[in-house]
Amino acid sequence: MSNVNLDSAIQHGLTKDEYEKILELIGRKPNITELGIFSAMWNEHCSYKSSRAWLGVLPTKNNRVIQGPGENAGVIDIDDGDVAIFKIESHNHPSYIEPYQGAATGVGGILRDIFTMGARPIANLNAIRFGSPDHPKTKYLLNGVVAGIAGYGNCIGVPTVGGEVEFDSCYDGNILVNAMSIGLAKKDKVFYSIASGLGNPVIYVGSKTGRDGIHGASMASQEFDSNAESKKPTVQVGDPFAEKLLLEACLELMKTGTIVSIQDMGAAGLTSSSVEMASKGNVGIELNLNKVPCRETSMTPYEMMLSESQERMLIVLKNGKEKEAEKIFKKWDLDFSIIGFLTDSKKLTLKFQNKTVCEIPISALADEAPKYRRDWIEINKPKHIDIEKKLIDLNLEQTIKNLLSHPNQADKSWIWQQYDHMVMCDTAQFPGSDAAVVRIHGNSKKAIAASIDCSPRYCRAHPYTGGMQAVCETYRNLCSVGAEPIAITNCLNFGNPEKPEIMGQFVGVIKGIAEACKKLNYPVISGNVSLYNETNGIGINPTPTIGGVGLVKDVSKIKNLKFKNEGNNIYIIGKTLGHLEQSILCYDLLHLKKGPPPSIDIDSELKNGLAVRSLIEKDLINSCHDISSGGLILSLLEMSISSKIGFTLNTNKKGTDRVKFLFGEDQSRYVIEVSNKNKDNLENHLKILDVFFENIGHTSKKISIDDDLKFDLKELSKINKEWFIKYNN
Amino acid sequence: MKANVIVFPGSNCDRDIKVALEKFQLKTKMIWHQDKEMPKSDLVVLPGGFSYGDYLRCGCMASKSNIMCEVIKHANKGGFIIGTCNGFQILTETGLLPGVLLRNKKLKFICKYVNLLVENNSTPFTSKYKKNQKIKIPIAHNEGNYFAGEKTLDELEQNDQIVLKYCDENSIVNNESNPNGSCLNIAGIVNKKKNIIGMMPHPERCVESILGGTDGSGIFQSLIN
Repeated sequence: MSNVNLDSAIQHGLTKDEYEKILELIGRKPNITELGIFSAMWNEHCSYKSSRAWLGVLPTKNNRVIQGPGENAGVIDIDDGDVAIFKIESHNHPSYIEPYQGAATGVGGILRDIFTMGARPIANLNAIRFGSPDHPKTKYLLNGVVAGIAGYGNCIGVPTVGGEVEFDSCYDGNILVNAMSIGLAKKDKVFYSIASGLGNPVIYVGSKTGRDGIHGASMASQEFDSNAESKKPTVQVGDPFAEKLLLEACLELMKTGTIVSIQDMGAAGLTSSSVEMASKGNVGIELNLNKVPCRETSMTPYEMMLSESQERMLIVLKNGKEKEAEKIFKKWDLDFSIIGFLTDSKKLTLKFQNKTVCEIPISALADEAPKYRRDWIEINKPKHIDIEKKLIDLNLEQTIKNLLSHPNQADKSWIWQQYDHMVMCDTAQFPGSDAAVVRIHGNSKKAIAASIDCSPRYCRAHPYTGGMQAVCETYRNLCSVGAEPIAITNCLNFGNPEKPEIMGQFVGVIKGIAEACKKLNYPVISGNVSLYNETNGIGINPTPTIGGVGLVKDVSKIKNLKFKNEGNNIYIIGKTLGHLEQSILCYDLLHLKKGPPPSIDIDSELKNGLAVRSLIEKDLINSCHDISSGGLILSLLEMSISSKIGFTLNTNKKGTDRVKFLFGEDQSRYVIEVSNKNKDNLENHLKILDVFFENIGHTSKKISIDDDLKFDLKELSKINKEWFIKYNN
Repeated sequence: MKANVIVFPGSNCDRDIKVALEKFQLKTKMIWHQDKEMPKSDLVVLPGGFSYGDYLRCGCMASKSNIMCEVIKHANKGGFIIGTCNGFQILTETGLLPGVLLRNKKLKFICKYVNLLVENNSTPFTSKYKKNQKIKIPIAHNEGNYFAGEKTLDELEQNDQIVLKYCDENSIVNNESNPNGSCLNIAGIVNKKKNIIGMMPHPERCVESILGGTDGSGIFQSLIN
């Protein structure tokens, strides 16, 4: 066994102070296995050492939350004894190194988090972000990531129903792959990871352990340099077929009443799963590593404990139930091995070839993990910039075409048609809509709605506003289809937290998220933090991806964004002020990246959202779409292209005022389509609710704006659909 | 009418098709791949999914499983069989239907609603459709590119075994409307005796308007007729 010293600790990603703390905690030098275990538990990915101090600021409760952060996933009550269980997780670093396997195992990992808790996954979503389309690696990464998500999700048979895609040169060296999954369970059949019952057997089930993914979590806790490629061996390899078997076997076992607790082996594999279960239950755990099913010969304790081989679970069974459980796993052709038992030592004890190869107090690995209050600087709202000059000579016709053909606004069906979004036969709203809607199986009325959003350019300009906006946008998307927003999960992607300005972004975003969640009664119930998204010292835009989940009480009433008939009235709900700084027009089309993002008034967000939901409930509108990136004009065009019905828009404005009206990204707004029959009724209703609205035109055969701008709908549709096909051919 | 749905490890449309069959009042049993006996039924369904992970050729491992001996016996007795998607691949691998399903022309998984032309409505699976009726049913596959030798294709045509072809909005069968590169735009075929159908589209996914359409209902309605 090699000798452990400060150098080997540093090679494991630990600092000098951290190494000294280890010596103090165990009162001796660790051996190499123990050092590996400490490094796995104390890295940023597993310990949240930079972020933990701030995550406590987030609200985590409302009257529907059953389980908040701290478990494998969060749980909300969706009535009738049903619960929805969901979480989002990042797989950024591995996806950059090996896009197919990185993305695939990202999906596999989040699915395990869901079914570990007793839920059958019913919907997957994802948010993926790439560098500039011109960057030499972007096409390869895009194709690999999409194929990886498809390869895993399609095979296991869980529909991928929604997501978002963005290109920005800030992701050239660090792409983002955030995967979210939602599962369905019965309220009284939720499983947790708290180990209990001295002597209870600890069971290993699933695939065998190999040498893949060793130090994956540590790799994900570091910046990249030019040698990122050399880290390929730290990326795990996914087997969705094995996961499908594991899913069915686990759900079958969960019906038997034999399980005490269960935890998937995700980041830091056997180490973190055993330590977390023991830590939560305040017990000890002893494992005999000779019993671990191995894929390769002569694996060492170090390798077994740090492997991130996929599709594995650790289960604490009730004593005497081993045979019953084994039968189920044998039926599904999966490994089943009793590898240890719970003790009262409060230690992690590992035996190998009849020797003790590790003996560390659980508390040293979990509670005593470092927690840093990193230095941070407050990032204030930037001053307004003068953009009038740039707008005066704007060719509106060409700009509108450029907007539709820009990769960030182009039709994304090239991506989502590679995902099976219909399997399970409950998808009531397909990708490409404001929010995905998936029915609750066996219930003809109830459904879950979900949306995933973030505007990183807003977060970069002003983290606090950007954090609030990301939460509000998911809220708005859920309201657009008629769902009651309930709770969120967040995936916080940032650069190096050791830099005060990056930490300042993190703190600002967290405060913004907290404020929005609190006021909207829309708490955070699960999440994940991904730091060190930097290459050669350049960090990404702060990207707090928010996944919002809502409840639909009557799925037959939901609305989508397609115009329904010609001759209907078009209204905007919410006030249009014309805020252009940080808009798509400025940022992506005119390359003006300065100035503040649009501000958010949470009271309007709440009021307008409630109004839209009540209009849908009363069946007063035909279609609905939120106004977000790209402004009013993009919302209208998307409603047109998806329905092949045009619109006649009267702005009553000229010059730069008209540009602001069309492209402004003022928040808390919706476009709605209303028939003549419902017009008066709708206006009266909105007046009673004291909500600002304006009639801006009507649906028609063609597209025209005021008297001077006319567009061919077919041409616009073609422009919009072409980008991805051309780029990938 | 009674139906048996075969469940292979990796099947993932087994529950979906069960729900659809029951919607049309077919009494449905799920049959595990390792079973050596199969209860009597009028219909056997080989569902979509990734049987045994499809790590070898799609459907190949499944075609060698215990239960397939029973399925072949059922076929030889003239019992009805539907294979959708992976089920179609399994049927070609067992030789119950001719041809093979290759990877899609563009090498990508495709999930979307497609237009289909009903070429033959005188089968037990398509009698509720009109001949040359255009229907919309979703596909979701990576290996749906139907291929067979010229002689086999000629036979299929002569015997009226081609049941569904990919077509466009205007019912025209052409290259542009062929999503995966299939020979003759073939989306579904029957055997000579017309008691076995293999099709890449998923009729179980469109039997309710809330899911996007109801054109898949015709397959199930034809069967119970």
